[in-house]
Parts: sequence; C-alpha cells; structure tokens
Amino acid sequence: MDVQALSGGFADTPREAAQAFRAALTAMARPGRIEDVAGARPPAPLSVAAGTLLLVLADPATPVHLAGPLDRPEIRDWLRFHTGAPLSDRAGAVFAVGRWADLLPLDAYSLGTPDYPDRSATLIVEMDALDATGARLTGPGIETSHGLSLPEISAFRANRARFPLGLDFFFTAGVRLAALPRSTHVEAV
Amino acid sequence: MYVAVKGGERAIDNAHAWLAEERRGDAAVPELAVAQIREQMTLAVNRVMAEGSLYDPDLAALAIKQARGDLIEAIFLIRAYRTTLPRLGASEPVETGAMRCDRRISATFKDVPGGQVLGPTFDYTHRLLDFALAAEGEVPEAATAAPDPAPKPRITGLLDRDGLIETEPASDETPPDLTREPLGFPAGRALRLQALTRSDEGFALGMAYSTQRGYGRNHPFVGELRLGRVGVEVEIPELGFAVEIAEIELTECETVNQFAGSKTEPPQFTRGYGLVFGQSERKAISMALVDRALRWEDLGEDFTGAPAQDAEFVISHGDNIQASGFLEHIKLPHYVDFQSELELVRRIRAEAAASAAEREAAE
Amino acid sequence: MTQAEIRGEAPGADYTFAYLDEQTKRMIRRALLKALAVPGYQVPFASREMPMPYGWGTGGVQVSAAVLTPEDTLKVIDQGADDTTNAVSIRKFFQKTAGIAVTEHTGEATVIQTRHRIPEAPLTEGQILVYQVPIPEPLRFLEPRETETRRMHALEEYGLMHVKLYEDIARHGEIATAYAYPVKIEGRYVMDPSPIPKFDNPKLRMAAIQLFGAGREQRIYALPPYTEVVSLDFEDHPFVPGKAEGACALCGSETSYLDEVIVDDRGGRMFVCSDTDYCAGRRAAGYRGEMAAEEGGA
Repeated sequence: MDVQALSGGFADTPREAAQAFRAALTAMARPGRIEDVAGARPPAPLSVAAGTLLLVLADPATPVHLAGPLDRPEIRDWLRFHTGAPLSDRAGAVFAVGRWADLLPLDAYSLGTPDYPDRSATLIVEMDALDATGARLTGPGIETSHGLSLPEISAFRANRARFPLGLDFFFTAGVRLAALPRSTHVEAV
Repeated sequence: MYVAVKGGERAIDNAHAWLAEERRGDAAVPELAVAQIREQMTLAVNRVMAEGSLYDPDLAALAIKQARGDLIEAIFLIRAYRTTLPRLGASEPVETGAMRCDRRISATFKDVPGGQVLGPTFDYTHRLLDFALAAEGEVPEAATAAPDPAPKPRITGLLDRDGLIETEPASDETPPDLTREPLGFPAGRALRLQALTRSDEGFALGMAYSTQRGYGRNHPFVGELRLGRVGVEVEIPELGFAVEIAEIELTECETVNQFAGSKTEPPQFTRGYGLVFGQSERKAISMALVDRALRWEDLGEDFTGAPAQDAEFVISHGDNIQASGFLEHIKLPHYVDFQSELELVRRIRAEAAASAAEREAAE
Repeated sequence: MTQAEIRGEAPGADYTFAYLDEQTKRMIRRALLKALAVPGYQVPFASREMPMPYGWGTGGVQVSAAVLTPEDTLKVIDQGADDTTNAVSIRKFFQKTAGIAVTEHTGEATVIQTRHRIPEAPLTEGQILVYQVPIPEPLRFLEPRETETRRMHALEEYGLMHVKLYEDIARHGEIATAYAYPVKIEGRYVMDPSPIPKFDNPKLRMAAIQLFGAGREQRIYALPPYTEVVSLDFEDHPFVPGKAEGACALCGSETSYLDEVIVDDRGGRMFVCSDTDYCAGRRAAGYRGEMAAEEGGA
C-alpha cells in the first residue's frame, strides 16, 4: 500500500460527510438535479464526486464492485483504507462504480426482491460531463420534467419497468453528481 | 383572553432538578455508594447487565443508583451507553464446559460426575423476613472448602455420548446481531437466543410459565443449571493466538425435553438452552423453556397457536426498553389526533341523530 | 485513550457531530437513499438505541441526525407546536450534539422534525420534513404479523384495507379514520403518513423532501418532492379532510387546523391554531381572533 492510499479522505469526516450526503440525498430526491460535492481526493481516474460518494456510503457492510480500469491497486487500496469495504463481483455488489460500458451488463447486479426491493445495487456511473439536456425525466421528485445527459435511454426504461425492483444510479463527473432512481420515467427527446 | 401554555424548557429543567433531589432522598441518611450497590445488590446488577447487554458491574450499579432503583430505567441507561461504544473486536466463544462453578445442579440424575454443588442459592431459605438485617451487623463468615478440581462435564454431553439427546452440531458461523442489523423473520435460533437473553425477565418468565401450563408444553427437565466464571478470550491477529482478556460470571441452563422420533428414527431427547450474564437463574431457566418452545418447526412439531411458540410474537414483545418506551409514549400530547377523532365522533353522532329524527317524522 | 479518541474525534469533543457514530449514519443514509428510490416502501434499518425512549421520536431523531449538516437551521414541532415539552427536548438534544441553529419559524428552517402535524405554511424546495412514526405499517392493525404484511406489500394485495374502510362506511356512514389516514403512493405502495390528522393529507404532495423514521419498528420511508399521494377512498365516499368548524380565537384563521381548548367546567371552549408559528405569524401581521389581546397586550 503506497502513501497515496492513506491520503485523500475527509479531513473532518462528520461534517464533510454530512454535507456530501445532503447533496446525494437532494440528487436522489430530485432526479436529474446536478449537485456539487467535495471532500475526497481519490486516485485517478476515480472522480472527486464518485470518491466522495464512496466515502459517504461505503463501509465493511457494503461490497463494492470496481468496474473495468477502476479495478487497479491504488484504487483498491484507497477504498479499503478509507471505507473498509470489501471488493466484489457484480452480483454481490451493493455499490458498483465505473464507466457505463464497463458497468454493463445491468442484469448482473442485484435488483432486490419483491419482499425487500431495497436490497438492490446502486451504480455510480462515471461520465465525462453532466448537464441538464438529453433524456426527459418525469416521476417522483420532479414537478413537471427534467433533462439529464444519460448515457442511453433503453436500459433505464427497462429498469423502470421492473419497479419496485430495480437499480438506482448516481452519475458523476468531476465534482458534480446527479441521480436517477428506479422510480423515474425516462424518455428520449 | 387566552395565552397558550409556554415554558416547556423551564418545566423540563425544574423537573430534572426535582428528580435529582428525590433520587437522593433524605440527606440525613448516608448516600449509597456505587460499590455498595455493586456488592450488596448483586442480583439487581446482574439483571441490568443481562438485559442491558453490557457486562460491567460498576456501570450497572451506577445506572441503578441514577435510576433510583428502577431496573428497567437502569437497563435503558446501559443500553443507551452501550450503543455509543466502539467495537474493537469479537471474542472467541466462551467455554462454559470449563466454567469454574459456584453452583451446579442437575435435576435429571441423583448424582453426576463432578458432583452437585448447591452454591449460594435462595432455594432452601425459608422466606422469613430477617429482622437482624435491619440492624447493621456483620454476617458470620460462611464455611469454605478448597475448590474442587474435578472436571464438571456437561450432563447433556453425557446423554449425547449415548445418542440419547439430539446432537447440537458445532458451528464457526458468526452469529447475527440484532443490535446491528434490522430484525427480520423468520429468525434463526442464534438470533432468537440473543433476543431472549436480552429480553425482560418478567416477560421471559411469563412465556416460560405459559408453556408449563400447556400453551406449547414441552416437558422440560433441568438437565443442568450451572453458575460460575468463565474466561473471555480474544484472538490477537498480531500474535496469532487467543489471550484471555477478562473473566465473566454466567448462568447456563440446559433443559432435556420431550423426545422426538419416528419409525425410522429412534426417539431422542431434545434441548432447550439458556445463557445469561451474572447469577440470573430464573431468567436462564425461562430462556431455555422458551427456546425449546420456539424450536417446534425445526423439530417437526405442530404449531398449536401457543404464544411461546410464535417467534415473531415473542421477539417483537420481549424487549422491555422497546415496550416501556412505546407504552409510556402515550403520556405525550396526542391532542391533535384526539381532536380529529372528537370531530369525527361528533359528526357521526349528529348524522345519526338527524336520521333518527327523520325516521321519526316519517312514521 | 478516551472513547472520542478511539472513534477518531477531536479530543475534548463530547459527542460526534449530531450524536450518531459515522458507521450508524452511513447505514441510515443508505436506507434513506433506497427509501427515496422506492417511495412509500418501508426500508428496514438497524435502529440504534438512543438516549431517549422508544416511542418518543427515536426514528425521527436518527433520520434528522443522518441528514443534518452544520449549516442547517432546525425546527422541531410536536402537535404543531414548538413549545411542547418533547419538541423542546429534541431541539435541545440537537443544539447540544450538533451545535446547529434552531428556529421556531417554519420559513427559516431547512430541516423540520415533526410529530403529528404538517405545518400550515407550504414548505419549499430547500426544506426537509422529518416525521416521527410510531407504527409505520399501515396494515398492522388489520394483520399483526410482519411476515404477512410484507407479503401483502410485495404482492400489492391491499384488499384487506379496502374491506376495513368499507366496513367503516357500512357501520358509521363514513370512513372512521381521522388520523394516520392511509395513502397510496404513485399507484403502488400503501403508506401510513404517520399520525397526522387527515386534514393534513392533501399537503403530502409538496415541494419539500419528506422522510419518515420509525425507530422502535426499525423502518425508514420517504416521499420525494411532488410525489403523487392519494388518500384511500371510494368513488361514492370520496376522501374529505376534516377539521373543527370555526376560527382560531387568537388569529382568526378559518383555514388552519384547530385545537379545542376547554376553558371552564360549564362546557365553555375555544379553538386555537395547532400550528403555533403560523398563528403567531398571523397575529404579527395584524390578524385578530375574537379572544386575542388588544394591540400591545400579551
């Protein structure tokens, strides 16, 4: 484990985690809304936003799947040191993080069960950029409709069709994040 | 003119000050020391440790003092403190077979290897108030003997050797912890036992008693009841072996219950198990009886509808901190809800009166 | 080594920010996100033993502790009032353990913890409303078994609830539920809105985030802003939010939820707003009810 793994965490965990969680909560409650977060300085290529989400949410109780090129020693060490989260394949993951193409296929993740739909994975999708254009989102948390630059449409429509089962998504780019819960209807514009 | 009641904050502060004064009682009477409670109210301390799920006689004694002797309140103080403690590790399973017994009795055999040890028990005291205790005086010293080095093998182990009792397979699985994970049903035996050992002694006693009276009867014999001290060992990864970090007092009860069997399987006795912090015999025996009643499904017995057979019922209602909190919360203001019901009842009554009048007019 | 040091806190800190340890907060935060993703579904969570009794807001307190930031301004109400003893006690708890700003003004609060009421003033996008919930399961009094009710939610089997409501109509001529009136969320989950009077049900579709915490029952659920909330009813017996007839004796409001106050032993009574901040705001704006003090009085 090199020195980099030991740095890049929160300086004042209770306060920084509270602020970052509020951004994540707001994003999940208002699908498509873009929030800024700060606190984590994870090894490249993990974004500040994705790293911060992991610091806020992951711990020894939550297996994490590092998809594609994110599954590298410096990120594994950083994650283990700061969160204690065990690494996992797609099927056992509570959180999965990576670029869209590396995260696929979606049916490999836990969707929850009819008795416990909350026991489903949350995917953190690393993006080059995030903006309020592209797909049209409607549903809980959205007064009329909201735009969001999603990586595709059909996968999210299929995910919605399984409600109340399904995956929930965060999208991260730099310090920005947005969310798309399974309850959101997605249409191409 | 009307002014709504104000001053909740001052009322609370005043109540707390008054409470502290009441706790102390007559200042002319010497104050109780925590050590006095720990040493002389040991069984109360034990109960607070058992139901508080924290083995610390000093803290339990402090809680009893602070709670003015209200043991459920004291258990609550310990629980609320316990939840803030960091978890630095988990111990190895304690070996109760190697317990240094102060008391060890079996009701199933007249004599047993290692011997019957009566120990410090109320069992054969005549329940006559001892007015000598009202006068302060020292008790005469009890007779002592050298510790009996003979091993005290478990009675159920002796039965197990002959195949007469169901075998309890050993497991290295980490048991679930209902203080860290949300409770779900069906609950496995390990989780049920955890819930029972933390449960209210009175609740466990009532449930166990109900099985004896026929609500889920399972014909228990006290195979063995033992009380004594066991070592607590923790594996230290840096050392690669376990070291003893403490010694705790436990009461363990193993019951030997009605046998199960079929044409293909010869009959065998079955087990109930109770394990409680400190000297808590009533609780340990109760726990074993309820444990056995809850095992009906594993043992292929019928569910007769008895409360003690119903794991969801028993586990959901046995915790006295949950129960007393929810029970007492009805002291809180509910006037908004009551107002809504008041309106509803008035309206339904008015409508009923109106339609009665209409009917009368029509007749 | 002190406990605070073991937990990685600054020496001298009596409590970590907002009391709960970080691992507990993470567990609650994960549950909150799933609750928002499946509106109206009750997420099990490993509720901690809090330094206040079960049934007195331990669920709401844990949810508030998990969402509060140092920049928040907190309001706590019980029965709509900021000055009821349990509201005072919970507000003090967070002042002490989180050092945050508190207010009695609905408009100034960013987080509002409530028991039994939704404030009269419409909440806004920047606000979070946290409910204390005693029994989160809307089907519990029809079916006491958790294993059964869980299956009923999974299969969307809500016939029992409709039968109960219909029996009310047969017996009393109307649905005899005045508070904790069940609602259906986005056409899927039947949810208990906590024991708010049914007068408040229409406010459940709002701009603020609503989070529900049941500590003893170990459940968290949520409504994202603008979520569709329908109070259960029948075509021939539509839902009617009820309240006492009359106006607030202090501020004259005819639209707010009123508490009845018995003023003497000869049947005398008056009505006052249950939402104390709303009432004070109206009086400050010059509104007067029939029993209000004159200008400049108490």
